[in-house]
Amino acid sequence: MNIIHIQTLSKTYDGVVEVHAVDNVSLSIEQGEFTAIVGPSGSGKTTLLNMIGGLDSPTSGHIKVEGTDITSLSKNELIDFRLQNIGFVFQSYNLIPVLTAQENVEFVMLLQKRNKEERHKRTMELLEAVGLGGLQAKRPNQMSGGQQQRVAVARALAPKPKFILADEPTANLDSASTANLLDIMLELNRKENITFLFSTHDQRVIDRARRVITLEDGKIVSDVTRDRANAE
Amino acid sequence: MVFKLAWRNLWRNRRRTFITAGSVVLAVVLAVFMRSLQEGVYEKMIENVVGFYTGYVQIHKKGYWEEKTLENSFEAFPLISKAANQDDRVSATVPRLESFLLVAHEKTSQVAQIVGISPEEENSLTHLAAKVVEGHYLAPGQRAVMVGEGLADKLNLQIGDSLVLFGQGYHGVMASALLPVCAKLKFGSQELSNQISYVNLDVAQNMFAAPDRLTAYALNLSSAGSEKSVTKQLRSELPDEYEVMDWREMMPELVQSIESDRVGGYFTTGILYLIIAFGIFGTALMMIKERQYEFGVLTALGMKRGLLSQVMSMEMILMGMLGVLVGLAISVPLVIYFHYNPIVITGAAAEGYAAFGIEPIIPTAINPSLIFKQGLIVLGMTLLISIYPVVKIFQINPVEAMRV
Repeated sequence: MNIIHIQTLSKTYDGVVEVHAVDNVSLSIEQGEFTAIVGPSGSGKTTLLNMIGGLDSPTSGHIKVEGTDITSLSKNELIDFRLQNIGFVFQSYNLIPVLTAQENVEFVMLLQKRNKEERHKRTMELLEAVGLGGLQAKRPNQMSGGQQQRVAVARALAPKPKFILADEPTANLDSASTANLLDIMLELNRKENITFLFSTHDQRVIDRARRVITLEDGKIVSDVTRDRANAE
Repeated sequence: MVFKLAWRNLWRNRRRTFITAGSVVLAVVLAVFMRSLQEGVYEKMIENVVGFYTGYVQIHKKGYWEEKTLENSFEAFPLISKAANQDDRVSATVPRLESFLLVAHEKTSQVAQIVGISPEEENSLTHLAAKVVEGHYLAPGQRAVMVGEGLADKLNLQIGDSLVLFGQGYHGVMASALLPVCAKLKFGSQELSNQISYVNLDVAQNMFAAPDRLTAYALNLSSAGSEKSVTKQLRSELPDEYEVMDWREMMPELVQSIESDRVGGYFTTGILYLIIAFGIFGTALMMIKERQYEFGVLTALGMKRGLLSQVMSMEMILMGMLGVLVGLAISVPLVIYFHYNPIVITGAAAEGYAAFGIEPIIPTAINPSLIFKQGLIVLGMTLLISIYPVVKIFQINPVEAMRV
């Protein structure tokens, strides 16, 4: 089942020279995919991800998430849409520095106005799932980069999103933390059928993705799907 | 959540919070102290001027204040003193009969203001006994005269000398008397010292052929500030033929000078507030700049701009409140201390004050509304400044913010 359907999506930046960051891209992402968007710097990975996440608006084309055309939503509707449907993992973790790991994970559910018991239960489950059980009272500055990124994954999963967008999630992590994070993400993908879509340069991530979409100059130049055994 | 986030954010950069809150503390302390000192000076000035002669409120026959003659005197009517005395806010009702006469001693004469008084009551209002520099204060019923030091010097009067008083009394009757000098009085105002004389009220009434008549009742009040309501009350109780005036109406030039000086105070405090406002605004700018990325992330995660604005505004308000509370905690004891231990003016400035019959001290006024108003102004200012971050947050584009 297609969870994301992109039709002839383009993003052009006006300037002295017109830049086509994303150029006439069409693709579909199915529920449960573990997809990497790769390509050199400036190929349009992040722009594409931002548009899929409703953070940026396309110059033309449409993005449908489970049938909802997000390109027609207003700013406020987009904020609500993101809150209910998309989990984000950023390159530099971007946890709220004044909140503990537990509060960071609970934060998005709080925005969703979920009750306290539900929030607490899910937070503890997620922290356990990302291997951070017992570290719930730590603040971001008391955790390593890998731990922070795992909290970010837990936070992204907390609102029970339809899919997770991760922009260069391993860029600031060492090898061990990268491997650990990928294990966790793949485990969640396998067990709970969570859809992951991430941009990356990291060969370690590319090697473990089951679908690899390569962008160059804003265009898809290859779209390769591997079977699970080959990917992992 | 809004409070928790705002409170914790406040302590993310402790130094910045302390510096900003510190500037608010300074603003509140300075503003409260400056304004209390200013109002304290006015209170003291009014107390001095009012206690010097006029009293807070006076009752006359209608028209007396415009034309101060014995023809505009009134019969001491029990209703008046009863109305005034029954009011708890009135601490003394001081009767007076005053006019101008020619006074002479040996070969020198001059015009003098003769005031018939009830010595004890007069002393309760104007503390006249304390102004005696030679001789003794007038005893009730005593046929004698107390003269200003300046007048005594001009007429070469010594204690025990006889003073001739001569002129026109009530209804044009000739007024005259020969009275021994019992005291010389020292006044801050040289003008008053050169022309004033006090005699017992019955002596004045006999001399002016105006038995039982008065030109004024001067009222002293238990506390300053109630003169308007007392005046209103007396006006409603007394017949139309009397005029009731408070010190503001009797001395409009004093009111005017206080008001114009007060405007100067507002201006100075305004400049102080403006400087502090820029400091707080600077902090707001820094907060916005430093946390632009974070705001982008929060918006991306699904935090509505309205909620984010609430957090930011709450941070500003908390910082302002912190400063205001600490500022008030410092300034209240300071104001109380300087109210009871006023700044004493010395040297030439003190002489200048004394010349106008004003005590050379500057106390602070304990006025809770004035103190808390300063706190509210600073808080209001912080609220106003927090509009800027709110506007900025509403303009945030998450992608651009996260590109910083």
